[in-house]
Amino acid sequence: MEKILFDQLQEEMYYEKLSNGLDVYVLPKKGFNKTYATFTTKYGSVDNHFSPPGKEEVQVPDGIAHFLEHKLFEKEDGDVFQQFSKQGASANAFTSFTRTAYLFSSTSNVEKNLETLIDFVQEPYFTEKTVEKEKGIIGQEITMYDDNPDWRLYFGLIQNMYKNHPVKIDIAGTIESISHITKDMLYECYHTFYHPSNMLLFIVGPVDQQEIMKLVKDNQALKEYKELPEIKRIFEEEPQIVAEKKQVLQMNVQTSKCLVGIKAVNVNQTGKEMMKTELSLNVMLDILFGKSSDHFSTLYNDGLIDETFSFDYTQENGFGFAMVGGDTSDPDRLAEVLKGILLGAKGTITTESLERTKKKKIGAFLRAVNSPEYIANQFTRYAFNEMNLFDVVPTLESITLEDIEKAAGELLSEERFTVCQVVPKR
Amino acid sequence: MGIISESVQAINGYKLHIVNTDKYKTNTIVWKMKAPLTKEDVTLRALLPYVLQSNSEKYPTTGKLRSYLDELYGASFFVDLAKKGEFHIISFSLEMANEKFLTDPTPLLKKGFEFLTEILLKPNLNNHAFNKVTVENEKRTLKQRIQSVYDDKMRYSNYRLVQEMCKDESYSLHVHGEMEAVEPITAEQLYEYYLQALKTDELDLYVIGDVKEDEVKAIAEQLLPFDDRKPQVIEASVNHEKRNVHEVKEQQDVKQGKLNIGYRTNILYGDDDYYALQIFNGIFGGFSHSKLFLNVREKASLAYYVTSRLESHKGLMMVMSGIDNKNYEEAVRIIHEQMEAMIKGDFTEEEMNQTKAVIKNQLLETVDTSRGMVEVLYHNVVSRKDISLQEWMDKMDQVKKEDVMAVAKKVNLDTIYFLTGKEEL
Repeated sequence: MEKILFDQLQEEMYYEKLSNGLDVYVLPKKGFNKTYATFTTKYGSVDNHFSPPGKEEVQVPDGIAHFLEHKLFEKEDGDVFQQFSKQGASANAFTSFTRTAYLFSSTSNVEKNLETLIDFVQEPYFTEKTVEKEKGIIGQEITMYDDNPDWRLYFGLIQNMYKNHPVKIDIAGTIESISHITKDMLYECYHTFYHPSNMLLFIVGPVDQQEIMKLVKDNQALKEYKELPEIKRIFEEEPQIVAEKKQVLQMNVQTSKCLVGIKAVNVNQTGKEMMKTELSLNVMLDILFGKSSDHFSTLYNDGLIDETFSFDYTQENGFGFAMVGGDTSDPDRLAEVLKGILLGAKGTITTESLERTKKKKIGAFLRAVNSPEYIANQFTRYAFNEMNLFDVVPTLESITLEDIEKAAGELLSEERFTVCQVVPKR
Repeated sequence: MGIISESVQAINGYKLHIVNTDKYKTNTIVWKMKAPLTKEDVTLRALLPYVLQSNSEKYPTTGKLRSYLDELYGASFFVDLAKKGEFHIISFSLEMANEKFLTDPTPLLKKGFEFLTEILLKPNLNNHAFNKVTVENEKRTLKQRIQSVYDDKMRYSNYRLVQEMCKDESYSLHVHGEMEAVEPITAEQLYEYYLQALKTDELDLYVIGDVKEDEVKAIAEQLLPFDDRKPQVIEASVNHEKRNVHEVKEQQDVKQGKLNIGYRTNILYGDDDYYALQIFNGIFGGFSHSKLFLNVREKASLAYYVTSRLESHKGLMMVMSGIDNKNYEEAVRIIHEQMEAMIKGDFTEEEMNQTKAVIKNQLLETVDTSRGMVEVLYHNVVSRKDISLQEWMDKMDQVKKEDVMAVAKKVNLDTIYFLTGKEEL
């Protein structure tokens, strides 16, 4: 077991790679009541075209990773939620573009709950009957999102950007696409992506690292895993320019919404380089659009934006994007103004605003690491991209005007801009 | 010592609550202002904190004010509103880094207090009125905030249920006030209301973090002086007559129907049977092991979400779910059956224990965040009780099955609201 110290944050973390390939991290947090654990596979909605171990390549129905997440909770003797709640825990799971995470939090019976978590994820039980039943439930989840204008806006924008990449597919799929899912397909995806060597277990809370590590090792020693050949994921070539410049969705709303998106380049980065790009662009967006910026004040005073206004840059292996926008009284004008600000950003950023924003981001990071959920989820996300969450503060401190100019120069190009709007139905 | 060590003292016209803990990397200050929920005041109260947080005498623009917060290592500062029973509550929250985790050792807590004082006591004024441009901007945003409820169908249907259910009670007012009352508000009138609120609202200040009690008290006494006042007490009206079930259907262009059902529990926070009510809600619908989740979702496949929650200070329980329009009758039937099962005592000791364990877990988790801790502690202010978290959990542990069955008999179905798609009516 390796011990990793973070002096400035006064935290320590323990790490071990088990013989079956599973990465296990323990971060003891004293004074907290709650222990939070996530068990995550590097498998998300974008992994829909791949070669299962020793087999020909397959293309699976949209939404299957998320469907699999739902189905893992069901076992022959009932559902795992029951088990967790008997042990005083609350359990949950989520599927993103690139990850599926299973988690619990509890203030008692931590060992038992941790075993339950590992075991239920590692013991799939799918039948045709339970697969069929789930289609009704997930169908309602899909319908719920269909009525949600913010979700539609967000996905509409991604669909505008990507021509081929499966990031454009809604994570839950469609009612039509999930109708084709069978138990055999679920098993095939499961056996491809749920091997311990493709997974990461993170435990944070008032725990003893030795005991926790021993428990996990003993548990894994009882299970047999064949060595997994490298997973072959297949992605089509994706152009650098956006697929569509604009999309307008008419919905049952009273307030219009507008998001401006920019499709990322450099999406093959990993590690420190990727962290630098991501943080530099987020710092840049904060300087341009944060509440202390002139642009924010002007847009707000002109009534073009309100408190729903937000911005973010995010990058994963193979795709990435910046997004800026929110509710607005004039979606076309907002799109035009935001685009103008972004395209004219080069050369306008001052050292003073950079230093102020870095301070702000460091403070925000300290706030975030009060949260066990944030630590576990973000640590996993960073680790899957060969980054370390705890490098965020030193990386932020190291960002220079040149870093920002460089990242901005690469990103901000007219042909990578796109706009999505939601407007009231006439 | 219990789970939380809260020190409470009355100073300067308000109560100062300090929780000293070293588990966070930040310190949190929350300022709460509580007044009766009334039609006359609610829209003014919905506007006031947003005007105050926009700028001040020293920081006359939002840009200047937010730049200063950035300098304080990105102190997070926001306001929010809540409706608890018969009261309307305004909160100002400030959370800032504890300098011991920074390479720069400038003490931030005192600066945080000074900032809060500036916001509360030194607003941006022109001739005995708030700055007009600020007020007009925030009026516009408030209107958008009120309007946006319509666009989020989950929030909308929940709001509509409360409106229908509590028609003749102030509780039917929206926490953000009324659309038609926004425009007429003037900068002068809002300023007058501000002076009145500072004089008559019940005030509470929470400070949470790795702090020294004496130091905090000295700072608070110096920077935030107010006159003593008598808190306004309103007896919440429970024990509603059982009435005929009120059924409301509303049609809109939506794909998924939203089913919201309201019950009167006739039990308030801190009542003897309040703890049994918590267990009742947990077995019935509060969790993913509850009857609603098992029967509406897992067995019948009708919904993705179906849950019940309590409004502890108003004596309400509300069920919410999203279903296909055509499944309305079936969903309502299954939900009624679960209620019948609760009344008949059709639940096991195991379900009792499971629910106790989960609620206990939820409470302990809530107090792991400083904001959660403030909310848990503030229940005592609203209810004028003094129940510690330990007492809360002990009393819950003692609840027996017959107590839960007795509660089930007190819970009355009141209103069923359904937001339905176009084709079905």
